[in-house]
Amino acid sequence: MMRHLLSINDLDRQGIEQILDRAKTFTEVSEREIKKVPALRGRRVLNLFYESSTRTRSSFELAAKSLSADVINFAASGSAVDKGESLKDTVQTLSAYRPDLIVIRTPFVGAAELVAGWTTAGVVNAGDGKHEHPTQALLDVYTLRERLGSLEGANIWIVGDITHSRVARSCILAFQMMGAKVTVAGPPTLIPRGMEALCEVRYDLDDLAEADVVYALRMQNERMTDSFVPSLREYAARYQIDGRRLHPRQVLMHPGPVNRGVELAAEVIDSPQAVIGQQVEAGVVVRMAVLYDLLTGRNAPKPAITTAVPA
Amino acid sequence: MSEPKIVLDEDDIRRTLVRIAHEVVEKNNGRPVALVGIHRRGAFLANRLHQLVCDLLDQQVPLGDIDIAFYRDDIASRRPDPHVNASNLDFRLEDYTVVLVDDVLYTGRTVRAAIEALFDYGRPQRVQLAVLADRGHRELPLRPDYVGKNLPTARAERVNVRVAEIDGVDEVTITELEEAFA
Repeated sequence: MMRHLLSINDLDRQGIEQILDRAKTFTEVSEREIKKVPALRGRRVLNLFYESSTRTRSSFELAAKSLSADVINFAASGSAVDKGESLKDTVQTLSAYRPDLIVIRTPFVGAAELVAGWTTAGVVNAGDGKHEHPTQALLDVYTLRERLGSLEGANIWIVGDITHSRVARSCILAFQMMGAKVTVAGPPTLIPRGMEALCEVRYDLDDLAEADVVYALRMQNERMTDSFVPSLREYAARYQIDGRRLHPRQVLMHPGPVNRGVELAAEVIDSPQAVIGQQVEAGVVVRMAVLYDLLTGRNAPKPAITTAVPA
Repeated sequence: MSEPKIVLDEDDIRRTLVRIAHEVVEKNNGRPVALVGIHRRGAFLANRLHQLVCDLLDQQVPLGDIDIAFYRDDIASRRPDPHVNASNLDFRLEDYTVVLVDDVLYTGRTVRAAIEALFDYGRPQRVQLAVLADRGHRELPLRPDYVGKNLPTARAERVNVRVAEIDGVDEVTITELEEAFA
Protein backbone atom coordinates (compact mmCIF):
# COMPACT_ATOMS: atom_id res chain seq x y z
CA MET A 1 0.00 0.00 0.00
CA MET A 2 1.34 3.45 -0.88
CA ARG A 3 1.98 6.20 1.66
CA HIS A 4 2.41 9.02 -0.86
CA LEU A 5 1.28 9.73 -4.39
CA LEU A 6 4.07 11.78 -5.94
CA SER A 7 4.12 10.37 -9.45
CA ILE A 8 2.09 8.07 -11.66
CA ASN A 9 5.11 5.77 -11.42
CA ASP A 10 4.14 5.16 -7.78
CA LEU A 11 1.34 3.04 -9.23
CA ASP A 12 1.06 0.16 -11.64
CA ARG A 13 -1.88 -0.75 -13.84
CA GLN A 14 -3.53 -2.79 -11.10
CA GLY A 15 -3.08 0.08 -8.64
CA ILE A 16 -4.66 2.53 -11.06
CA GLU A 17 -7.58 0.19 -11.70
CA GLN A 18 -8.13 -0.28 -7.97
CA ILE A 19 -8.29 3.50 -7.41
CA LEU A 20 -10.65 3.96 -10.36
CA ASP A 21 -12.91 1.11 -9.25
CA ARG A 22 -13.16 2.69 -5.83
CA ALA A 23 -13.78 6.10 -7.40
CA LYS A 24 -16.71 4.53 -9.23
CA THR A 25 -18.26 3.49 -5.90
CA PHE A 26 -17.92 7.09 -4.69
CA THR A 27 -20.09 8.35 -7.56
CA GLU A 28 -23.04 6.87 -5.67
CA VAL A 29 -22.08 8.97 -2.62
CA SER A 30 -22.00 12.11 -4.80
CA GLU A 31 -25.55 11.40 -5.95
CA ARG A 32 -27.05 11.08 -2.46
CA GLU A 33 -28.94 13.80 -0.68
CA ILE A 34 -26.28 13.68 2.06
CA LYS A 35 -23.10 13.59 -0.02
CA LYS A 36 -20.87 12.45 2.79
CA VAL A 37 -19.55 9.29 4.40
CA PRO A 38 -17.62 9.11 7.67
CA ALA A 39 -14.69 7.11 6.28
CA LEU A 40 -12.01 9.70 7.17
CA ARG A 41 -13.62 11.20 10.26
CA GLY A 42 -10.94 12.61 12.54
CA ARG A 43 -8.31 12.81 9.79
CA ARG A 44 -6.71 16.11 8.86
CA VAL A 45 -5.90 17.07 5.31
CA LEU A 46 -3.75 20.11 4.62
CA ASN A 47 -4.10 21.70 1.19
CA LEU A 48 -0.88 23.56 0.57
CA PHE A 49 -1.14 25.59 -2.64
CA TYR A 50 1.71 27.75 -3.88
CA GLU A 51 0.02 28.32 -7.24
CA SER A 52 -3.43 29.39 -8.33
CA SER A 53 -5.88 26.59 -8.82
CA THR A 54 -9.62 26.30 -9.27
CA ARG A 55 -10.39 22.68 -10.11
CA THR A 56 -7.64 20.82 -8.28
CA ARG A 57 -7.90 22.75 -5.05
CA SER A 58 -11.67 22.79 -4.84
CA SER A 59 -11.98 19.12 -5.79
CA PHE A 60 -9.39 18.03 -3.20
CA GLU A 61 -11.24 20.06 -0.60
CA LEU A 62 -14.60 18.63 -1.60
CA ALA A 63 -13.16 15.10 -1.73
CA ALA A 64 -11.76 15.39 1.80
CA LYS A 65 -14.97 16.91 3.16
CA SER A 66 -17.11 14.28 1.45
CA LEU A 67 -15.13 11.69 3.42
CA SER A 68 -15.62 13.70 6.64
CA ALA A 69 -11.95 14.70 6.98
CA ASP A 70 -11.05 18.08 8.46
CA VAL A 71 -9.46 20.36 5.89
CA ILE A 72 -6.95 23.15 6.41
CA ASN A 73 -6.52 25.32 3.32
CA PHE A 74 -3.25 27.15 2.93
CA ALA A 75 -2.56 29.54 0.07
CA ALA A 76 0.94 30.95 -0.24
CA SER A 77 -0.22 34.42 -1.18
CA GLY A 78 -1.21 36.32 1.91
CA SER A 79 0.76 33.95 4.16
CA ALA A 80 4.19 34.13 5.82
CA VAL A 81 5.62 33.04 2.45
CA ASP A 82 5.18 36.68 1.45
CA LYS A 83 7.50 37.51 4.35
CA GLY A 84 10.16 35.15 3.04
CA GLU A 85 9.33 31.90 4.84
CA SER A 86 10.81 28.94 2.99
CA LEU A 87 8.86 25.91 1.80
CA LYS A 88 10.58 23.72 4.37
CA ASP A 89 9.81 26.10 7.25
CA THR A 90 6.21 26.42 6.10
CA VAL A 91 5.77 22.64 5.95
CA GLN A 92 7.40 22.14 9.33
CA THR A 93 5.30 24.92 10.86
CA LEU A 94 2.06 23.50 9.49
CA SER A 95 3.12 19.98 10.53
CA ALA A 96 2.62 21.20 14.10
CA TYR A 97 -1.11 20.93 13.33
CA ARG A 98 -0.48 17.20 12.82
CA PRO A 99 -2.00 16.74 9.37
CA ASP A 100 -2.42 13.14 8.24
CA LEU A 101 -2.04 14.14 4.62
CA ILE A 102 -0.56 17.10 2.77
CA VAL A 103 -1.82 17.90 -0.71
CA ILE A 104 0.77 20.15 -2.28
CA ARG A 105 0.96 22.20 -5.44
CA THR A 106 4.05 24.24 -6.19
CA PRO A 107 5.82 25.73 -9.19
CA PHE A 108 8.97 23.83 -8.11
CA VAL A 109 9.84 20.52 -9.77
CA GLY A 110 10.39 17.81 -7.16
CA ALA A 111 8.92 19.83 -4.28
CA ALA A 112 6.34 17.18 -3.39
CA GLU A 113 9.08 14.59 -3.00
CA LEU A 114 11.08 16.95 -0.78
CA VAL A 115 8.02 17.61 1.39
CA ALA A 116 7.49 13.86 1.79
CA GLY A 117 10.91 13.76 3.43
CA TRP A 118 10.13 16.60 5.85
CA THR A 119 6.90 15.32 7.31
CA THR A 120 5.40 12.15 8.76
CA ALA A 121 2.15 12.88 6.90
CA GLY A 122 1.29 11.28 3.60
CA VAL A 123 1.87 13.56 0.62
CA VAL A 124 -0.10 13.94 -2.60
CA ASN A 125 1.52 15.79 -5.47
CA ALA A 126 -1.16 18.11 -6.87
CA GLY A 127 1.30 19.47 -9.44
CA ASP A 128 4.98 20.34 -9.09
CA GLY A 129 6.08 22.77 -11.77
CA LYS A 130 6.57 21.10 -15.13
CA HIS A 131 7.05 17.68 -13.57
CA GLU A 132 3.87 15.73 -12.72
CA HIS A 133 0.21 15.95 -11.77
CA PRO A 134 -0.75 12.33 -11.03
CA THR A 135 -4.34 12.85 -9.87
CA GLN A 136 -5.14 14.74 -13.10
CA ALA A 137 -3.92 11.72 -15.08
CA LEU A 138 -6.00 9.39 -12.91
CA LEU A 139 -9.17 11.39 -13.46
CA ASP A 140 -8.44 11.51 -17.18
CA VAL A 141 -8.07 7.73 -17.30
CA TYR A 142 -11.31 7.44 -15.29
CA THR A 143 -13.13 9.74 -17.74
CA LEU A 144 -11.86 7.79 -20.74
CA ARG A 145 -12.70 4.46 -19.13
CA GLU A 146 -16.26 5.70 -18.62
CA ARG A 147 -16.45 6.86 -22.24
CA LEU A 148 -14.58 4.08 -24.07
CA GLY A 149 -14.90 1.17 -21.66
CA SER A 150 -11.17 0.54 -21.85
CA LEU A 151 -8.02 2.37 -22.93
CA GLU A 152 -6.48 -0.84 -24.29
CA GLY A 153 -5.37 -0.11 -27.86
CA ALA A 154 -6.83 3.43 -27.88
CA ASN A 155 -4.89 5.95 -29.95
CA ILE A 156 -4.48 9.13 -27.89
CA TRP A 157 -2.98 12.34 -29.26
CA ILE A 158 -1.80 14.94 -26.75
CA VAL A 159 -1.58 18.27 -28.56
CA GLY A 160 0.10 21.52 -27.59
CA ASP A 161 2.65 22.70 -25.07
CA ILE A 162 4.25 19.45 -23.94
CA THR A 163 7.39 21.09 -22.59
CA HIS A 164 5.69 23.00 -19.78
CA SER A 165 2.96 20.45 -19.09
CA ARG A 166 2.99 18.31 -15.96
CA VAL A 167 -0.38 16.99 -17.09
CA ALA A 168 1.19 15.66 -20.29
CA ARG A 169 3.94 13.85 -18.37
CA SER A 170 1.56 12.14 -15.99
CA CYS A 171 -0.97 11.38 -18.72
CA ILE A 172 1.60 9.81 -21.07
CA LEU A 173 2.70 7.44 -18.29
CA ALA A 174 -0.84 6.62 -17.17
CA PHE A 175 -2.31 6.18 -20.66
CA GLN A 176 0.54 3.88 -21.68
CA MET A 177 0.20 1.91 -18.43
CA MET A 178 -3.45 1.33 -19.32
CA GLY A 179 -2.54 -0.01 -22.78
CA ALA A 180 -3.09 3.07 -24.96
CA LYS A 181 -0.82 4.24 -27.79
CA VAL A 182 0.23 7.84 -27.13
CA THR A 183 1.32 10.44 -29.68
CA VAL A 184 2.34 13.98 -28.76
CA ALA A 185 1.98 16.77 -31.28
CA GLY A 186 2.94 20.42 -31.19
CA PRO A 187 5.51 22.95 -32.29
CA PRO A 188 9.12 21.64 -32.07
CA THR A 189 9.87 24.41 -29.56
CA LEU A 190 7.23 23.02 -27.20
CA ILE A 191 8.21 19.35 -27.32
CA PRO A 192 11.16 18.39 -25.10
CA ARG A 193 14.18 16.71 -26.64
CA GLY A 194 14.25 12.96 -26.16
CA MET A 195 10.45 12.67 -26.21
CA GLU A 196 10.73 10.09 -29.01
CA ALA A 197 12.03 7.60 -26.45
CA LEU A 198 8.74 7.85 -24.56
CA CYS A 199 6.12 8.01 -27.31
CA GLU A 200 5.49 8.97 -30.93
CA VAL A 201 6.13 12.64 -31.77
CA ARG A 202 4.49 14.73 -34.52
CA TYR A 203 5.03 18.37 -35.35
CA ASP A 204 1.79 18.85 -37.28
CA LEU A 205 -1.82 17.68 -37.09
CA ASP A 206 -1.99 16.21 -40.62
CA ASP A 207 -2.76 12.71 -39.29
CA LEU A 208 -4.95 13.75 -36.37
CA ALA A 209 -7.80 11.70 -37.88
CA GLU A 210 -5.93 8.57 -36.63
CA ALA A 211 -6.69 9.54 -33.04
CA ASP A 212 -9.51 8.08 -30.98
CA VAL A 213 -8.90 10.72 -28.35
CA VAL A 214 -7.58 14.27 -28.79
CA TYR A 215 -6.19 15.74 -25.58
CA ALA A 216 -5.53 19.46 -26.02
CA LEU A 217 -3.21 21.24 -23.58
CA ARG A 218 -3.33 24.82 -22.43
CA MET A 219 -0.74 27.27 -23.71
CA GLN A 220 0.99 28.03 -20.41
CA ASN A 221 1.98 31.64 -20.77
CA GLU A 222 2.88 31.85 -17.07
CA ARG A 223 5.65 29.26 -17.49
CA MET A 224 7.05 30.61 -20.75
CA THR A 225 10.05 32.80 -20.28
CA ASP A 226 11.18 32.68 -23.92
CA SER A 227 9.41 33.04 -27.24
CA PHE A 228 8.40 29.48 -27.99
CA VAL A 229 5.87 30.45 -30.67
CA PRO A 230 5.86 33.56 -32.86
CA SER A 231 2.35 34.45 -31.68
CA LEU A 232 -0.73 32.80 -30.22
CA ARG A 233 -2.56 33.57 -33.45
CA GLU A 234 0.01 31.61 -35.45
CA TYR A 235 -0.09 28.77 -32.90
CA ALA A 236 -3.88 28.67 -33.21
CA ALA A 237 -3.70 28.59 -37.00
CA ARG A 238 -1.49 25.47 -36.95
CA TYR A 239 -2.50 23.61 -33.80
CA GLN A 240 -5.92 24.75 -32.65
CA ILE A 241 -8.48 21.93 -32.41
CA ASP A 242 -11.54 23.21 -34.23
CA GLY A 243 -14.57 21.79 -36.00
CA ARG A 244 -12.53 21.05 -39.13
CA ARG A 245 -9.83 19.11 -37.34
CA LEU A 246 -11.99 17.21 -34.84
CA HIS A 247 -13.71 14.15 -36.26
CA PRO A 248 -17.23 13.35 -34.93
CA ARG A 249 -16.10 9.93 -33.60
CA GLN A 250 -13.22 11.43 -31.59
CA VAL A 251 -13.27 12.22 -27.88
CA LEU A 252 -11.97 15.67 -26.93
CA MET A 253 -10.27 16.31 -23.59
CA HIS A 254 -8.66 19.31 -21.93
CA PRO A 255 -7.38 19.63 -18.35
CA GLY A 256 -8.63 23.21 -18.02
CA PRO A 257 -8.60 26.11 -17.81
CA VAL A 258 -9.15 26.53 -21.55
CA ASN A 259 -7.79 29.45 -23.53
CA ARG A 260 -10.82 29.76 -25.80
CA GLY A 261 -9.81 30.50 -29.34
CA VAL A 262 -6.18 29.42 -28.77
CA GLU A 263 -5.85 25.65 -28.25
CA LEU A 264 -9.59 25.00 -28.68
CA ALA A 265 -12.19 26.70 -30.84
CA ALA A 266 -15.45 27.57 -29.11
CA GLU A 267 -17.49 25.21 -31.29
CA VAL A 268 -15.61 22.10 -30.11
CA ILE A 269 -15.64 23.03 -26.42
CA ASP A 270 -19.41 22.74 -26.41
CA SER A 271 -19.59 19.78 -28.77
CA PRO A 272 -20.82 16.32 -27.70
CA GLN A 273 -17.30 14.94 -28.28
CA ALA A 274 -15.92 17.10 -25.46
CA VAL A 275 -15.70 15.43 -22.04
CA ILE A 276 -14.18 18.46 -20.30
CA GLY A 277 -17.10 18.70 -17.87
CA GLN A 278 -16.89 14.98 -17.12
CA GLN A 279 -13.17 15.40 -16.35
CA VAL A 280 -14.00 18.03 -13.72
CA GLU A 281 -16.74 15.80 -12.28
CA ALA A 282 -14.37 12.82 -12.14
CA GLY A 283 -11.88 14.95 -10.20
CA VAL A 284 -13.86 14.71 -6.97
CA VAL A 285 -14.51 10.96 -6.93
CA VAL A 286 -11.00 10.06 -8.09
CA ARG A 287 -9.46 12.27 -5.41
CA MET A 288 -11.82 10.76 -2.83
CA ALA A 289 -10.46 7.35 -3.82
CA VAL A 290 -6.84 8.55 -3.55
CA LEU A 291 -7.39 10.11 -0.11
CA TYR A 292 -9.24 7.00 1.06
CA ASP A 293 -6.46 4.68 -0.07
CA LEU A 294 -3.72 6.81 1.48
CA LEU A 295 -5.49 7.37 4.79
CA THR A 296 -6.93 3.96 5.53
CA GLY A 297 -5.30 0.65 6.20
CA ARG A 298 -2.39 -0.54 8.24
CA ASN A 299 0.26 1.59 6.57
CA ALA A 300 -1.65 4.84 6.91
CA PRO A 301 -0.26 7.49 9.24
CA LYS A 302 -1.67 7.28 12.76
CA PRO A 303 -4.71 9.53 13.22
CA ALA A 304 -3.75 13.00 14.40
CA ILE A 305 -6.76 13.05 16.69
CA THR A 306 -7.15 10.23 19.15
CA THR A 307 -10.46 9.76 20.82
CA ALA A 308 -10.23 9.00 24.49
CA VAL A 309 -11.88 5.70 25.27
CA PRO A 310 -13.93 5.89 28.43
CA ALA A 311 -12.92 3.35 31.05
CA MET B 1 -7.41 -24.73 10.52
CA SER B 2 -9.73 -27.62 11.42
CA GLU B 3 -12.16 -29.32 9.02
CA PRO B 4 -15.24 -27.13 8.62
CA LYS B 5 -18.28 -28.40 10.51
CA ILE B 6 -21.53 -27.84 8.63
CA VAL B 7 -24.17 -26.27 10.90
CA LEU B 8 -26.70 -25.29 8.20
CA ASP B 9 -26.96 -26.92 4.80
CA GLU B 10 -28.90 -25.81 1.72
CA ASP B 11 -32.26 -27.16 2.96
CA ASP B 12 -31.74 -25.71 6.44
CA ILE B 13 -31.03 -22.28 4.97
CA ARG B 14 -34.08 -22.43 2.71
CA ARG B 15 -36.36 -23.44 5.61
CA THR B 16 -34.80 -20.82 7.87
CA LEU B 17 -35.42 -18.04 5.37
CA VAL B 18 -39.03 -19.16 4.93
CA ARG B 19 -39.51 -19.00 8.71
CA ILE B 20 -37.89 -15.55 8.95
CA ALA B 21 -40.12 -14.32 6.11
CA HIS B 22 -43.21 -15.46 8.04
CA GLU B 23 -41.90 -13.76 11.20
CA VAL B 24 -41.26 -10.50 9.34
CA VAL B 25 -44.81 -10.49 7.97
CA GLU B 26 -46.34 -11.46 11.32
CA LYS B 27 -44.34 -9.01 13.41
CA ASN B 28 -45.06 -6.06 11.15
CA ASN B 29 -48.75 -6.87 10.98
CA GLY B 30 -49.61 -4.97 7.81
CA ARG B 31 -47.12 -2.11 8.31
CA PRO B 32 -45.15 -1.28 5.15
CA VAL B 33 -41.78 -3.07 5.24
CA ALA B 34 -38.70 -2.81 3.09
CA LEU B 35 -35.72 -5.16 3.05
CA VAL B 36 -32.15 -3.92 2.91
CA GLY B 37 -29.25 -6.36 2.63
CA ILE B 38 -25.80 -5.60 3.97
CA HIS B 39 -23.13 -6.29 1.35
CA ARG B 40 -21.97 -8.76 0.35
CA ARG B 41 -23.74 -11.93 1.44
CA GLY B 42 -26.47 -10.16 3.34
CA ALA B 43 -27.56 -8.61 0.05
CA PHE B 44 -28.11 -12.05 -1.52
CA LEU B 45 -29.98 -13.28 1.54
CA ALA B 46 -32.14 -10.14 1.49
CA ASN B 47 -32.92 -10.81 -2.15
CA ARG B 48 -34.24 -14.28 -1.32
CA LEU B 49 -36.08 -13.08 1.75
CA HIS B 50 -37.64 -10.33 -0.36
CA GLN B 51 -39.07 -12.87 -2.78
CA LEU B 52 -40.55 -14.88 0.10
CA VAL B 53 -42.06 -11.81 1.82
CA CYS B 54 -43.54 -10.57 -1.48
CA ASP B 55 -45.12 -14.00 -2.05
CA LEU B 56 -46.59 -14.05 1.47
CA LEU B 57 -47.98 -10.51 1.19
CA ASP B 58 -48.95 -10.98 -2.45
CA GLN B 59 -47.48 -7.56 -3.19
CA GLN B 60 -44.13 -6.02 -4.05
CA VAL B 61 -42.17 -4.51 -1.18
CA PRO B 62 -39.04 -2.38 -1.69
CA LEU B 63 -35.63 -4.05 -1.72
CA GLY B 64 -32.28 -2.31 -1.31
CA ASP B 65 -28.71 -3.04 -0.44
CA ILE B 66 -26.12 -1.13 1.48
CA ASP B 67 -22.33 -1.18 1.65
CA ILE B 68 -20.86 -0.20 4.99
CA ALA B 69 -17.18 -0.10 4.01
CA PHE B 70 -17.01 3.68 4.48
CA TYR B 71 -18.80 3.54 7.83
CA ARG B 72 -16.63 1.05 9.69
CA ASP B 73 -15.09 2.18 12.97
CA ASP B 74 -11.95 0.13 12.37
CA ILE B 75 -11.20 1.67 8.98
CA ALA B 76 -7.76 2.86 10.03
CA SER B 77 -6.55 -0.59 10.98
CA ARG B 78 -8.05 -2.56 8.09
CA ARG B 79 -6.73 -3.04 4.61
CA PRO B 80 -9.03 -0.99 2.35
CA ASP B 81 -11.67 -3.34 1.01
CA PRO B 82 -10.99 -3.79 -2.69
CA HIS B 83 -14.64 -4.76 -3.26
CA VAL B 84 -16.70 -1.81 -2.21
CA ASN B 85 -20.16 -1.92 -3.76
CA ALA B 86 -22.39 1.02 -4.46
CA SER B 87 -25.43 1.10 -2.20
CA ASN B 88 -28.86 0.93 -3.79
CA LEU B 89 -31.72 2.49 -1.87
CA ASP B 90 -34.13 3.94 -4.37
CA PHE B 91 -37.19 4.29 -2.15
CA ARG B 92 -38.19 6.73 0.60
CA LEU B 93 -36.99 5.19 3.86
CA GLU B 94 -39.40 7.43 5.80
CA ASP B 95 -42.35 5.38 4.56
CA TYR B 96 -41.14 1.99 5.79
CA THR B 97 -40.00 -0.26 8.57
CA VAL B 98 -36.62 -1.32 7.24
CA VAL B 99 -35.45 -4.86 7.90
CA LEU B 100 -31.66 -4.97 7.69
CA VAL B 101 -30.45 -8.39 6.57
CA ASP B 102 -27.00 -9.80 7.24
CA ASP B 103 -25.40 -13.23 7.21
CA VAL B 104 -23.70 -13.37 10.61
CA LEU B 105 -24.17 -11.20 13.69
CA TYR B 106 -21.00 -11.11 15.76
CA THR B 107 -19.70 -8.01 17.56
CA GLY B 108 -22.47 -5.79 16.22
CA ARG B 109 -20.07 -3.29 14.65
CA THR B 110 -21.21 -4.05 11.11
CA VAL B 111 -24.84 -3.48 12.10
CA ARG B 112 -23.95 -0.21 13.85
CA ALA B 113 -22.24 0.94 10.65
CA ALA B 114 -25.21 -0.17 8.57
CA ILE B 115 -27.64 1.80 10.75
CA GLU B 116 -25.43 4.88 10.41
CA ALA B 117 -25.27 4.40 6.64
CA LEU B 118 -29.03 3.93 6.49
CA PHE B 119 -29.62 7.22 8.28
CA ASP B 120 -27.53 9.04 5.69
CA TYR B 121 -30.27 8.12 3.23
CA GLY B 122 -33.25 8.98 5.38
CA ARG B 123 -35.13 8.26 8.57
CA PRO B 124 -36.96 4.94 8.47
CA GLN B 125 -40.06 4.52 10.65
CA ARG B 126 -38.19 1.76 12.48
CA VAL B 127 -35.22 -0.50 11.82
CA GLN B 128 -35.26 -4.24 12.46
CA LEU B 129 -32.47 -6.75 12.08
CA ALA B 130 -32.59 -10.20 10.51
CA VAL B 131 -29.54 -12.46 10.57
CA LEU B 132 -28.98 -15.97 9.32
CA ALA B 133 -26.66 -16.80 12.23
CA ASP B 134 -25.99 -15.14 15.58
CA ARG B 135 -22.65 -16.25 16.96
CA GLY B 136 -22.63 -14.06 20.09
CA HIS B 137 -19.66 -12.04 21.43
CA ARG B 138 -21.49 -8.72 21.09
CA GLU B 139 -19.45 -5.58 21.72
CA LEU B 140 -22.40 -3.22 21.31
CA PRO B 141 -25.89 -3.22 22.81
CA LEU B 142 -27.61 -4.68 19.75
CA ARG B 143 -30.13 -7.49 19.49
CA PRO B 144 -31.51 -9.09 16.32
CA ASP B 145 -35.27 -9.23 15.73
CA TYR B 146 -35.10 -12.34 13.55
CA VAL B 147 -32.47 -15.07 13.97
CA GLY B 148 -31.98 -18.02 11.66
CA LYS B 149 -29.81 -19.98 14.08
CA ASN B 150 -28.10 -19.15 17.34
CA LEU B 151 -24.56 -20.50 17.17
CA PRO B 152 -22.67 -20.52 20.47
CA THR B 153 -19.05 -20.09 19.37
CA ALA B 154 -15.65 -19.42 20.79
CA ARG B 155 -13.80 -16.34 19.56
CA ALA B 156 -11.18 -18.70 18.18
CA GLU B 157 -13.73 -20.12 15.78
CA ARG B 158 -14.80 -18.71 12.44
CA VAL B 159 -18.34 -18.85 11.08
CA ASN B 160 -18.37 -19.07 7.29
CA VAL B 161 -21.53 -18.36 5.35
CA ARG B 162 -21.51 -19.39 1.71
CA VAL B 163 -24.30 -18.53 -0.69
CA ALA B 164 -24.96 -20.12 -4.06
CA GLU B 165 -24.96 -16.78 -5.91
CA ILE B 166 -21.25 -16.19 -5.34
CA ASP B 167 -19.89 -19.30 -3.63
CA GLY B 168 -21.74 -21.95 -5.64
CA VAL B 169 -23.21 -23.55 -2.54
CA ASP B 170 -25.54 -22.65 0.34
CA GLU B 171 -24.07 -23.59 3.71
CA VAL B 172 -22.96 -22.28 7.08
CA THR B 173 -19.88 -23.88 8.57
CA ILE B 174 -17.72 -23.38 11.65
CA THR B 175 -13.96 -23.77 11.56
CA GLU B 176 -11.54 -23.66 14.42
CA LEU B 177 -8.60 -21.35 13.85
CA GLU B 178 -5.26 -22.99 14.60
CA GLU B 179 -3.89 -19.72 16.00
CA ALA B 180 -6.07 -20.37 19.03
CA PHE B 181 -3.71 -23.15 19.99
CA ALA B 182 -0.50 -21.35 19.10
